[in-house]
Amino acid sequence: MATGIRDKVAIIGMGCSQFGERWNDGPEELMVEAFTECLQDAGIEKTDIQAAWFGSCFDEVGVGKSALPVSMSLRLPNISVTRVENYCASGTEAFRGAVYAVASGAYDIALAIGVEKLKDIGYGGLPEFSTAMGTLNQLWMANFTAPGGFAMLATSYAAKYGLDMNEVKRAMAHVSVKSHANGALNSKAHLRKPVTEEQVLNAPQIAYPLGLFDCCGVSDGSACAIVTTPEIAKSLGKKDLVTVKALQLSLSNGTEFAYDWDGDHFVTTSKASAEAYQEAGIRNPREEISMMEVHDCFSITELVTMEDLHISERGKAPEDVMDGFYDLNGGGVPCQPDGGLKCFGHPIGASGLRMLYEMYLQLHGRAGQRQLKDPKFGLTHNLGGFPFMNVCSIAIIGKQGA
Amino acid sequence: MAGITSFGGYIPRYRLSRMVIVQNMAWYFPVIMAVAGGEKAVANWDEDSVSMAVAAAYDCMAGHDRKGLDALYFASTTMPFADRLNAGIVAAALNMRENGVSNADFASCMKAGTTAMISALDSVQAGSRKNVLVAASDQRRTKMATMFEMFYGDGAAAVLIGGKDVVADYLGSYSINCDFVDHYRGQAKEFDYGYEERWVRDIGYGKVIPEAISGFLAQSGMKIGDFSKVIYPCYFGGTHKAIAARLGIEKEKAQNNLQAVCGDTGTAHPLVMLVSALEEANPGDKLLVAGFGQGCDVLAFEVTEKIRDMKLRTGIKGSLDNRVDLANYQKFTKFRNLITADLGIRGEANPNTSLTVLWRKRKMLLGLVGVRCKKCGTPQFPVYPTCVNPTCWSVNDFEDYEFSDKEAKILMFTGDMLSPSVDPPAIYGLIAFEGGGRTMFDFTDCDLNQIKVGMKTRMSFRRRQADNMRGFTGYFWKAVPQVEGGGK
Repeated sequence: MATGIRDKVAIIGMGCSQFGERWNDGPEELMVEAFTECLQDAGIEKTDIQAAWFGSCFDEVGVGKSALPVSMSLRLPNISVTRVENYCASGTEAFRGAVYAVASGAYDIALAIGVEKLKDIGYGGLPEFSTAMGTLNQLWMANFTAPGGFAMLATSYAAKYGLDMNEVKRAMAHVSVKSHANGALNSKAHLRKPVTEEQVLNAPQIAYPLGLFDCCGVSDGSACAIVTTPEIAKSLGKKDLVTVKALQLSLSNGTEFAYDWDGDHFVTTSKASAEAYQEAGIRNPREEISMMEVHDCFSITELVTMEDLHISERGKAPEDVMDGFYDLNGGGVPCQPDGGLKCFGHPIGASGLRMLYEMYLQLHGRAGQRQLKDPKFGLTHNLGGFPFMNVCSIAIIGKQGA
Repeated sequence: MAGITSFGGYIPRYRLSRMVIVQNMAWYFPVIMAVAGGEKAVANWDEDSVSMAVAAAYDCMAGHDRKGLDALYFASTTMPFADRLNAGIVAAALNMRENGVSNADFASCMKAGTTAMISALDSVQAGSRKNVLVAASDQRRTKMATMFEMFYGDGAAAVLIGGKDVVADYLGSYSINCDFVDHYRGQAKEFDYGYEERWVRDIGYGKVIPEAISGFLAQSGMKIGDFSKVIYPCYFGGTHKAIAARLGIEKEKAQNNLQAVCGDTGTAHPLVMLVSALEEANPGDKLLVAGFGQGCDVLAFEVTEKIRDMKLRTGIKGSLDNRVDLANYQKFTKFRNLITADLGIRGEANPNTSLTVLWRKRKMLLGLVGVRCKKCGTPQFPVYPTCVNPTCWSVNDFEDYEFSDKEAKILMFTGDMLSPSVDPPAIYGLIAFEGGGRTMFDFTDCDLNQIKVGMKTRMSFRRRQADNMRGFTGYFWKAVPQVEGGGK
């Protein structure tokens, strides 16, 4: 009988590069930047790392195929390095690989690293993906983009709950305003200017009904984590351990796209989060989750995700958002304390690990101006793909014994 | 016995007022002011002769079994492929049988449509085929500020030729073939090259059409007065009238050349005008139709009682009624690729089409054929080997299921400014078909501000990509939101 991952693995070091338009750096430099911080934080030698997992999404425009770019950039001592790619969940997948490797007893210490170098393609937004969707799909799939794919969710969400689009847009605007306020407090964030709801609502339209400020930053960056067992962590002299409480993944099987779905929620997130709470021993997430970093690729994604994380009731996320429940000091569950994808930025393969980095800093009381009071559980969430067909990963980490 | 057993038509939704052309281009060539009246039908940027032929063919086949077709003849001078049977693309879009059918392209001449009809009628009369679908379509590109730009419109028509339940009996035909070159389009040339209009009017249309019609009358022993409608294309209004006068055709019996509402649709035009006449015809009416181009074909028909049993269709009248002004001349020139506008780096991606995939998935990609699970009855698209119904999940237990003629409802949608498009925003969404099945499609022939969740859609076969590097044109189906009242 599976017992889950709770408290079997501890994070002993984390690192995260400056996110942003890193015109003068490639993926190699970004990885070294994150790794150097991570190794120092862990207080171990590079040679203590026995295996690594690497997440990166757009191999076509970034690092290229295989895990060799990590091994070469970090000059790892000919150890096992595995490349994982699962859309926007790639970073969390790398973490999952490293965590499971340690939990299995196969390795004592493992590295998870993610990187994405997006600003080498010559145009805004994510890289065009028509050639990356498969030889059959490229012959028939609609001419869609990431913002368009998620924008559709707003139309069906509004229709489902009989909401005026202006109401939904205002809630979406608040989501972005909140993230900008948080990002302004974070020196490593890509976008650091606070914005007003009016600015958000008056921005140029990208994909109806999403405007520019409803979309997250397209950034370069890398983040990583070193994991081991709690026993080894203690033997290394580590105190106040941050341990992994849950790791869940859920993938669409075509039901939303081709069978039965109202276009009002994320089927996968709903399932993965419920399973993660069970794995972590959390009964009432609205009360017990201290903070979260969710996949706010677009404001509407974050809005709807609040319901699929079983924190806002169905159809009530706009109210909670407008009540400030997810604001940094709103008295609820602070969401995106580091600025989120929206402002910290979204180098895809690094994002899952970047989210864990913020949770890790918060749990250790090292989050500076953003520091929350005595957090116990931090949840991270990635959603790769599109509302109708996606990969969802959930991680919960927390203080050992919490 | 042979004749027309069904008919249908398709005129694209956009109409360009000739005055708009004049306002934009008369500074360059003031002569176009002389023909500034009326409007012309303009194919959307994702339409071409093949896609319009498919629309006309579906319209024609309403109420008829597409599996019963023995041949499909496609007539056009603007076929996307010089070597690949264009009729084969139309046939695949109709999900026609592949075995025991003989499809063919009729090309290179304005009268190819009527010639295809004669061939179809001959083969049905000979008893070698029972049902032959003839689809004619043209979408001719014209240089800016030319008379061709003023005269030409885009459109398609289709007639089903058979021996059973004939709505218009075939009374015979007569043809003249001569190498009269009023205009031509050389190999790999983009535009027509035309000769002096006065000569084309007097020695071409004005002489050849009357000669051919007189020839038919002499051969058949019939009189011009026997016909309730005489149908012949001629975009010169004065010449059109002069031909009627010369042949003794009463004014109201000369079928309108549709210049005012649609323009000359080239190879399709004799069929477009014929379908237009059939839409108004009564049992007992005799129709004479002529196709002009390097000679002239003349065919005669007599409408039967069966015309009253025909299922309602969009036809030429219905498509003419479904109109939206294309008030922006630059948009028209961009649709026809006459001007260069930047699609951005994002629009550069140009993967080749896997011909092995296209072969393996031809029913899906061209026919919009999905499957229905034999166990649980769920229609589904796209097709995976395992049933999508989570309470079923049976494997490979399917039968073919056509989505091309199913209505659907919009579940979610957007208008995307980031996606590279000739006509931004790129509008697309997830739609749910009546009777089951759903998937995401590009939308076309619509305005973003008119679309709502829950709105009905109908499917339309469209050009998906025109790969100029390799000369390949790819097709798929798009959803057309059904705005109440047909748009603006």
